[in-house]
Amino acid sequence: MAIEIEQQPSVGLSKIAVSDTHGEDSPYFAGWKAYDENPYHESNNPDGVIQMGLAENQVSFDLLEKYLEQHSEASNWGRGTGISAFRENALYQDYHGLETFRKAMASFMEKIRGGRAKFDPNRVVLTAGATAANELLTFILADPGDALLVPTPYYPGFDRDIRWRTGVKIVPIHTDSKNNFRITRQALEEAYSKAQSQNIKVRGVLITNPSNPLGAAVEKTVLEDILEFVTCKNIHLVSDEIYSGSVFCPNEFVSVAEILHARNYKDAERVHIVYSLSKDLGLPGFRVGTIYSYNDKVVTTARRMSSFSLVSSQTQHLLASMLSDTKFTDNYIKTNRERLRKRYEFIIEGLRKSGIECLKGNAGLFCWMNLSPYLDTPTREGELAIWDSIMHEVKLNISPGSSCHCSEPGWFRVCFANMSQQTLEVALKRLHDFMEKRKIEKSLLL
Amino acid sequence: MDLFSNKQNLLSKIAINDGHGENSPYFDGWKAYDSNPFHPTKNPDGVIQMGLAENQLCFDLITEWIKEHPEASICTNEGVDEFKDIAIFQDYHGLPAFRNAVAKFMGRVRGDKVTFDPNNIVMSGGATGAAETISFCLADPGDAFLVPSPYYPAFDRDIRWRTGVQLVPVTCESSNCFTLSLTALEVAYTKAHEAGIKVKGLFINNPSNPLGTILDRKTLTGIVRFVNEKNIHLVCDEIYAATVFSQPDFISISEILEEEVDCNKDLVHILYSLSKDMGLPGFRVGIIYSYNKQVISCARKMSSFGLVSTQTQHVIASLLSDDGFVERFITESAKRLAFRHKTLTDGLSSIGISSLKSNAGLFFWMDLRRLLKEPTEEEEMKLWRIIINEVKLNVSPGSSFHCSEPGWFRVCFANMDDETMEVALQRIRHFVQEDKVVEVPVKKPKWKNNLRLSFSSLKCEDAMMTPCVMTPNSPLPHSPLVRAV
Repeated sequence: MAIEIEQQPSVGLSKIAVSDTHGEDSPYFAGWKAYDENPYHESNNPDGVIQMGLAENQVSFDLLEKYLEQHSEASNWGRGTGISAFRENALYQDYHGLETFRKAMASFMEKIRGGRAKFDPNRVVLTAGATAANELLTFILADPGDALLVPTPYYPGFDRDIRWRTGVKIVPIHTDSKNNFRITRQALEEAYSKAQSQNIKVRGVLITNPSNPLGAAVEKTVLEDILEFVTCKNIHLVSDEIYSGSVFCPNEFVSVAEILHARNYKDAERVHIVYSLSKDLGLPGFRVGTIYSYNDKVVTTARRMSSFSLVSSQTQHLLASMLSDTKFTDNYIKTNRERLRKRYEFIIEGLRKSGIECLKGNAGLFCWMNLSPYLDTPTREGELAIWDSIMHEVKLNISPGSSCHCSEPGWFRVCFANMSQQTLEVALKRLHDFMEKRKIEKSLLL
Repeated sequence: MDLFSNKQNLLSKIAINDGHGENSPYFDGWKAYDSNPFHPTKNPDGVIQMGLAENQLCFDLITEWIKEHPEASICTNEGVDEFKDIAIFQDYHGLPAFRNAVAKFMGRVRGDKVTFDPNNIVMSGGATGAAETISFCLADPGDAFLVPSPYYPAFDRDIRWRTGVQLVPVTCESSNCFTLSLTALEVAYTKAHEAGIKVKGLFINNPSNPLGTILDRKTLTGIVRFVNEKNIHLVCDEIYAATVFSQPDFISISEILEEEVDCNKDLVHILYSLSKDMGLPGFRVGIIYSYNKQVISCARKMSSFGLVSTQTQHVIASLLSDDGFVERFITESAKRLAFRHKTLTDGLSSIGISSLKSNAGLFFWMDLRRLLKEPTEEEEMKLWRIIINEVKLNVSPGSSFHCSEPGWFRVCFANMDDETMEVALQRIRHFVQEDKVVEVPVKKPKWKNNLRLSFSSLKCEDAMMTPCVMTPNSPLPHSPLVRAV
């Protein structure tokens, strides 16, 4: 006799939960997997995969450690660790954030911009990382089904941060290697029209300046074009300036804040800046993000929404001390820039020796490498094929341009600040050997 | 070209609506406190804050531990060697030591009657983030959760604001001590169903805010059977689990799951935080614990939007792995909460003010029904304004918790020192005994004007207070309460 077993109906989760907009099912995670399964170690695993897909800044930790060694009271809630100082901090869950911290953050942001812009601590809204900041702003500026225009290539995480739980779309603004991936007026208009033709309401433009993955600051004239465009369309501009402290030469970075400052903040209410300490200070674990908005309603609403992702008061306290110490910040900013510049020049030179050119960059923790001349076919498949070889034969995890929605195949983002100098040398040597091998193989085929 | 001249259209519907909850009239109490905060010496006539569910009773224990363990901080000489590894770590699984310590602590708080798997632990931006995230995972816009009332006011924001999910209250009544009746659950579910509302789950808070009571085994078992039968989720916010200060023992939903063999565990999710049990709301340590692998996976991805600072994860991992400390803390905290609770409730009872019998939480549920002119929300609000402006105590009116019966007030007792508590008690005694308010027999609805409400009740009705700028959840940075050791 058959035994009937009653099947439990599957328990429903939300549509958001079952969608794949979180982005983790993408094929690009194969690179991460390869690294996780076989991570490089100088002595323990010298043949392992070297991680060059992670935009982390590890070049200036010694400066932070030295600061802490000299200022242990920064963490001790005041000299003599009184109960009341600890309690005050542990209880502090006000979504305004510690005033001392906001002041320190505002002044740090000013310093990075060489004093060419002013930041009001009362407009600084704190969030748990730039990830939270970008999602939060999207919730505030757009309704489900609306779109933000984003220049390609862009940070893959935006697909999740901007779209996943918000239901907002990304419409790409295409850029071309022929003019160094510059954002043009034409491209802006085309993206806007494309959205309109699909009955999608555009609510704003999101740029990353300096750009991830290009590793270059956006030019002043381009910023002015973008400002004009958003004003004309009466939409928002979000400028993610998370890499602003990682520009190698300070005069080469222009923040949208400077342009607004020079214009006396005319029509600034549509502009919002995102920042974080994850890249410039190399503290991604601490979850320190900020939204700076010139729009009062956005500031108020963002502050309320930040309740879902506040910065730990313990961390605010520590960083308030650190970032208020002008001697420390002056030295840090200068030294960090210098070290990143040196790394950048080193990797560019190394790649050039291997016959590989990169986009001229001046910022960030990575370079934008051009392997298009070496693709078997000038297609996404060709790009993924060479990526696969680099992952499995050369054992380097780099990020293919298609993961950043680049419209031209063959470009790769290569991170250089998340490893020691020695490891970088090993990586460059491997790549060099790989390219030499290919040259020989190609010449044998002729 | 599509030009929008109306600036309002520049922001989203979510940004413009009231879902943040701050335009509620209840903020008047906060405003009164913020503009005139009590201080024992500098402002002895100021408003005493009794509307803030904070646990300030055991900071001495924690601070002592911190002093003895400088290596737990990555910023001291003893701990700075770990700084780099901790500062770089942004894996949304969280530090293994942190997850292990939290799992162990959760078990310990439940008397080790159950164990928690560290792999099922997901971080969130405080319990606020946890409630929102679980809602995003389980329900679509327009779907609903049943929630027993009275309930924590911020659920309206946490569960509904950005998610578009609805809340359907299940009324609990004083006639049976506000216990959750399974009949009421069935009725609420059916009504929602008939109104075309898709109920995705039941959201309970155990121990209860604002009641301070815990659910008994029978009710919990009934709830589990109910959700299984309807095939809906069960979210249990156990944020006050370690604040149970007297018998009966706390029974966590996790214990019921071990006993109820027929339960589909995929339906059950627990929310937790260190903000109440340990008094560390500033550290934003929120936890989602689910028995459903799909939910764990989804919630973990969403936790990217609200991870716990690794600096904090690191110190908490050390703190909570110290078995001796945890044992001492849980015991001592319960003792101190019990003392506070008893002092206040006995003190009130001696002047004829009763409260709901409770054994948990950082507050109690005070019964002022007999002081209302009429059993209406309007009268409750009038009485409340008198309490704020005359008695100068910020307590929370039951209507802010969606209580269906007027006259109940939540009174917090763990966010002040002993002296302040005595002052509060004295003020209430004075207020009740000085005939400023005359007792109103509930059964005579035509009672008129013998109720000599203070003249200042007129004043406060006139003064339309603007919404408070500060979040309701925070003391001012310069709050004298915090400094009053």
